[in-house]
Amino acid sequence: MKKELVIIGGGPAGLAAAIAAKEAGINDLLILERDARLGGILNQCIHNGFGLHTFKEELTGPEYAGKYIDKALELEIPYELNTMVIDLTQTSEGKEKLVTVMNREKGLYTIEARAVILAMGCRERSRGALNIPGFRPAGIYSAGTAQRYVNMEGRMPGREVVILGSGDIGLIMARRMTLEGAKVKLVAELMPYSGGLKRNIVQCLDDFGIPLKLSHTVVDIKGKERVEAVVVAQVDEQLKAIPGTEEEISCDTLLLSCGLIPENELSGNLGVTMNPVTNGPLVDESLETDKEGVFACGNVLHVHDLVDYVSEEASQAGKRAAAYLKGELEERGRKILIRAVNGVHYTVPSSIDMQRMEQTQVVRFRVGNVYRDAAVEVAFDGKVVSSRKKKVLAPGEMEQVILKKADLEQAEGIKEISVSIRRDT
Amino acid sequence: MIDVIVIGAGVTGCGIARELSRYDWRVMVLEKASDVCEGTSKANSGIVHAGFDAHPGTLKAKLNVEGSEQMEELAKELDFPYKRNGSLVLCFDEKDREKLQKLYEQGLKNGVKELRILEREELKQLEPNISDNTVAALYAPTGAIVCPFGLTIALAENAAANGVEFRLNTEVESIERTESGYRLTTNQGVLESKVVINAAGVCADRFHNMVSGNQIRIIPRKGEYCLMDKKVGDYVNRTIFQLPTVYGKGVLVTPTVHGNLLVGPTAVDVEDKEAVNTTGEGIADVLKRAALSVNALPAKQVITSFAGLRAHAIFENGESDFIIGEVQDAPGFFDAAGIESPGLSCAPSLGKYLVEQVLAYLPAEKKPDFIASRKGIPNMALATGEQRQQFIRENPLYANVVCRCELVTEGEIMDAIHRPLGATTLDGVKRRTRAGMGRCQAGFCSPKTVEILARELGKDMSEITKNEKGSEFLTGFDKDNL
Repeated sequence: MKKELVIIGGGPAGLAAAIAAKEAGINDLLILERDARLGGILNQCIHNGFGLHTFKEELTGPEYAGKYIDKALELEIPYELNTMVIDLTQTSEGKEKLVTVMNREKGLYTIEARAVILAMGCRERSRGALNIPGFRPAGIYSAGTAQRYVNMEGRMPGREVVILGSGDIGLIMARRMTLEGAKVKLVAELMPYSGGLKRNIVQCLDDFGIPLKLSHTVVDIKGKERVEAVVVAQVDEQLKAIPGTEEEISCDTLLLSCGLIPENELSGNLGVTMNPVTNGPLVDESLETDKEGVFACGNVLHVHDLVDYVSEEASQAGKRAAAYLKGELEERGRKILIRAVNGVHYTVPSSIDMQRMEQTQVVRFRVGNVYRDAAVEVAFDGKVVSSRKKKVLAPGEMEQVILKKADLEQAEGIKEISVSIRRDT
Repeated sequence: MIDVIVIGAGVTGCGIARELSRYDWRVMVLEKASDVCEGTSKANSGIVHAGFDAHPGTLKAKLNVEGSEQMEELAKELDFPYKRNGSLVLCFDEKDREKLQKLYEQGLKNGVKELRILEREELKQLEPNISDNTVAALYAPTGAIVCPFGLTIALAENAAANGVEFRLNTEVESIERTESGYRLTTNQGVLESKVVINAAGVCADRFHNMVSGNQIRIIPRKGEYCLMDKKVGDYVNRTIFQLPTVYGKGVLVTPTVHGNLLVGPTAVDVEDKEAVNTTGEGIADVLKRAALSVNALPAKQVITSFAGLRAHAIFENGESDFIIGEVQDAPGFFDAAGIESPGLSCAPSLGKYLVEQVLAYLPAEKKPDFIASRKGIPNMALATGEQRQQFIRENPLYANVVCRCELVTEGEIMDAIHRPLGATTLDGVKRRTRAGMGRCQAGFCSPKTVEILARELGKDMSEITKNEKGSEFLTGFDKDNL
């Protein structure tokens, strides 16, 4: 089977990318979705707060996804469900990508695609990856797994809950478990700041009187069959548990919300170069990876805070992939690197091609720590060209700067753009 | 009246049961857990040792070398994952060369084939990532890796196919001698048997001491491990041991037969025979020691840690060996006790050795219809494109991926449930198919697997357990407690 464009993943990123590509004139495209329905993880996010930026209204996850699914159906974008991409390679000349997929109806087959958009999303960091010692009983779930049980199956995974990690899914689940009749005793966060959005701390913890202990972690899990208790301890500046601060909290459930990891196993198979900070592919202004015709967007590229930004980014990827397929992408010109320095953890994209750049370019990033009364600075070859004051910058919130093509053209011969945090304001 | 009862369905008990099933005895295996392979057999290094470690003349040495030689054939016969990858014992100090030489000579005495001592340059070519501090190593090309679950389950399934009855969730509470044999009182009723074989792992002393005046003691020796992502599964190709150093007996760094990287174990004697918890110190210790063997150990790639308990037998003279054979003051009661490392390696040989002794006590005829081979569950992850097509043609459920990290399909999970001695728990499915063993550690697939288990077993999802009773995943419906 041959396709112009294959989109791997039918979640918010894949949907928005497919819609943008179709609207840009690509008709021979296909979305591959491993789950039984389109919409991805939004289907289990039944809380509201989605779409404020995009639709100026508060939607639930399924409602937000529904808007994109409706649009995709209206545009008659083809998709396959219950379909797993098991390998992604390229032909020996490198032009065509080979997408090997499996599903019940059609078995195992390979699609030859001229372009691919990676939109596989991310997974949650597991207990094992966190090296939490103790027994391995039932009752330890990633927050997303618990969310699936509660919101999709109508089942409770526990009665008395401790949550480790204050990522957004953990905070949302603290509230959900409470509303469904469980007792959430504590949210413990290793870092001295939360990894989630401020609004979620307020609405999901504060409003329900659930305590959040920063600089705390779980140092032991008790219970041989089912969790019976966890031991929580305070950590020092090196994030090591401080002896003598241990506190045993009886509970039957430990939820983990300790970070998300982009699912880039397929990208790895293809040999896409990765950014070790984001665990996502390195991309340029067109969201194209270093493999020609392979684009990335959404949480597989870098973990987002709001789905609105996923959609926005994915639309851009879809548009650029369409331009690539129609031969409308400019010849590559000079590449300007974007460096993340002084508190800026990473940037997406990590480079800009002057020829291909549109009139403006959004550069998204996250900071590595909490900064108050700081400024986000952009410098061209070391010379500061813009400085924007921020009351608070936190790792849980994605930030952005917008670069103008005109400014870059003016800075003739520019080699490097840097984005940094200035703290002395 | 049963002819032979085996207590314990670990690799030792199942290996013995399979050998017993060649004869026309009525054989029953009693296991207190909900599945086979639930004790030490599920948490170990998965190594088939070449056989140079044990002191010449010990049972460990004899059965290890025999087991190592027979494992490849057994793997073909019973279709479980096995790979002869070779092993290296690294020496980091010129002063320790003598110890390396002694180990080499000990291996020769034990009958280990193809042993060689390699120098640094050659080693670096074989294994570029081994420590720069390595000066020489003992190379055993016959060392191998095996799937400990695959091996144990294969032995059990084949024994069952040959008529052995497995009674799971059956805990022996007491054993009394009778005129014709032994009476075993269990939580599931009373059983009478002419012969009893004690393969109860860390609990073997308990059963031995119920029938014998010569008490034995089995110390649970905890070993903690870290398992790393398949991304770094080829960090080394051979199993890398260390010569004992001032830090004590070193830990190993090895690829697993499934392509992960495994480091461990620690060795700490504990009291509690169920203390399979990991500890902060243990994990830190494993990573620290493993980092001596290889440059830049990829410690960030850990996907899970676990601990197992070795059944360590202590003799009065301080020596240690397996305790295998008829108990002197208890005719018809046979021990297979103190089976710590290299117990897994001995799975093919230990049963044969013991069953010969049982035959001397209770004669039997070989069954003419013994089924020697067994076919495992199709493995979509390892299958070639053509094999995959074939499996899918037979059953389209082999195309429905449930565990994305390890590429396990609904077809494989259904097989695991519906085989003889099939899986009834999430861990049972995991050990038979690898669903949930990958990098997300069952985050995505466990709700689906729970659903399939419930559907296939005719149960409600709330009844599905991780392993034993009490390990149910779900506590009720939303809003039950409001």
